[in-house]
Amino acid sequence: MRMIGCVSPITSGHLRVLGMDPAVDGQRIRARLGVVPQADTLDTELSVGDNLMVYARYFDIPRREARRRIAELLDFVQLGDRYGEVVDSLSGGMKRRLVIARGLINNPEIILLDEPTTGLDPQARHLLWDRLYRLKQRGTTLVLTTHYMDEAEQLCDRLVVMDHARIVAAGTPASLIAEYSTREVVELRFADEQRDGLAPSSFAGLAARVEMLPDRVLLYTDRGEPTVEAVHRHGLSPASVLIRRSTLEDVFLRLTGRSLVE
Amino acid sequence: MIELRPALPVAAHNFVVFRRGWKSAAFLNVVQPLLVLSAMGIGVGGLVGRSRGSVDGVTYLQFLAPGLLATTAMQTAAADMTYPIMSRLIWNRTYEAMLNTPARVRDLLTGEVVWLAARLFAVSLLFYAVALAFGAGRTATAPLAIPVATLTGLAFGVPVMAYSATQRGDSGFNALNRFVVIPLFLLSGSFFPITQLPVFLQALAWAFPTTHGVELCRELFLGRPLGIGALGHLLVLLAFLVVGMQLARVTMTRRLVV
Repeated sequence: MRMIGCVSPITSGHLRVLGMDPAVDGQRIRARLGVVPQADTLDTELSVGDNLMVYARYFDIPRREARRRIAELLDFVQLGDRYGEVVDSLSGGMKRRLVIARGLINNPEIILLDEPTTGLDPQARHLLWDRLYRLKQRGTTLVLTTHYMDEAEQLCDRLVVMDHARIVAAGTPASLIAEYSTREVVELRFADEQRDGLAPSSFAGLAARVEMLPDRVLLYTDRGEPTVEAVHRHGLSPASVLIRRSTLEDVFLRLTGRSLVE
Repeated sequence: MIELRPALPVAAHNFVVFRRGWKSAAFLNVVQPLLVLSAMGIGVGGLVGRSRGSVDGVTYLQFLAPGLLATTAMQTAAADMTYPIMSRLIWNRTYEAMLNTPARVRDLLTGEVVWLAARLFAVSLLFYAVALAFGAGRTATAPLAIPVATLTGLAFGVPVMAYSATQRGDSGFNALNRFVVIPLFLLSGSFFPITQLPVFLQALAWAFPTTHGVELCRELFLGRPLGIGALGHLLVLLAFLVVGMQLARVTMTRRLVV
């Protein structure tokens, strides 16, 4: 992210942003980018309005124009009534929205978002998603990193899955699910005494792929209902059954494994 | 080469941050010289006058005021180039935000230095006004001590900024204050001529810009003819500033461009 943002020099390979070379045209590229870093990086002792006003000056935006844009952007991120408030007193979600407003002050063509909703409550996340979706509709390119697969599914047209700094898969959310998972997943839970006797072979032939977790068994299948019927016909009687659609989370876990990455 | 224009947003940024607390800062910058010049200049100065008559050929207050002007600039610079820098590096990470704009590391540095210069000039001006009220600094050359004190603060503060950029927290600042700033405040010739010190301490004192600033401010305040020595002091101060800039460029880049 920092390399695309033209802050860090590239370590290897080839990078062009907006058709320019970051090593040569870093300043010109940055003038056309919006950045929402992972940390809020706000002036916590300044007011909401001053944070934006100070930032506008870095982009050489005339004062009057800056004032107009600030009012517009604060409305856009629903902070219109917070202009004079000191940043310190804002909630986490408000700070996040303020950082997004700040990232938009120069009308960027590309906006880089580094884990934009990490640590936010559900209401704040949904509000943020809504605003990001609107930006996308207006034609701004969003480049975002996230660990939340639902976020990727909501916002991304194209995504790449990275594992240990390597791209392991790329495509649209739907194509990734089609390629790396099945259409549906059946989640079975068993009573303790029954579970101990189970092995992957107990489910042989029932699903495209079987995954045994400590608390449940996942059967990857294209059609959930017939699979459940087959499970019962096999003489298995799970304590609970859930049929759900495959998600990007299934794809991600399949590709990067379930062990902790640290 | 130093470009001023892309650095101005940084200086303006600092100004907006400063504006919030400017009244208390200005109050402090007037009251502190008032207190020190009263207590030391008039109080201690009275005792000195009675027992010795004069210091370095002038009254103690006349001797003291220009020295304090220079050390006040140093202390202001030391304060501004430690905790606030750490805040922009780590606590608020403002530098990270600045670097996401067209600003470059060198612009951040130039902006900080421009702002520090403005601030030191204001502090020195206030101090000078107070000194005037006490009857010090009434020679024709005395107002020149204002830019010289500003330069003294820069010569000390910019290397401190380079040091701050190497720190992971504020624990080093206590040591800096205790082992550098306070000793220099006391021993750089502001309170008594450094010829009173043992020779090795004199040599040590001359290794810091503050001592040169104190000396030059005093010559200007007292209206003494400026010789080759004065030029030497000026060059030392400039050298500290220039080398400090280079060091800060290295440490800040190392810190911010990763």
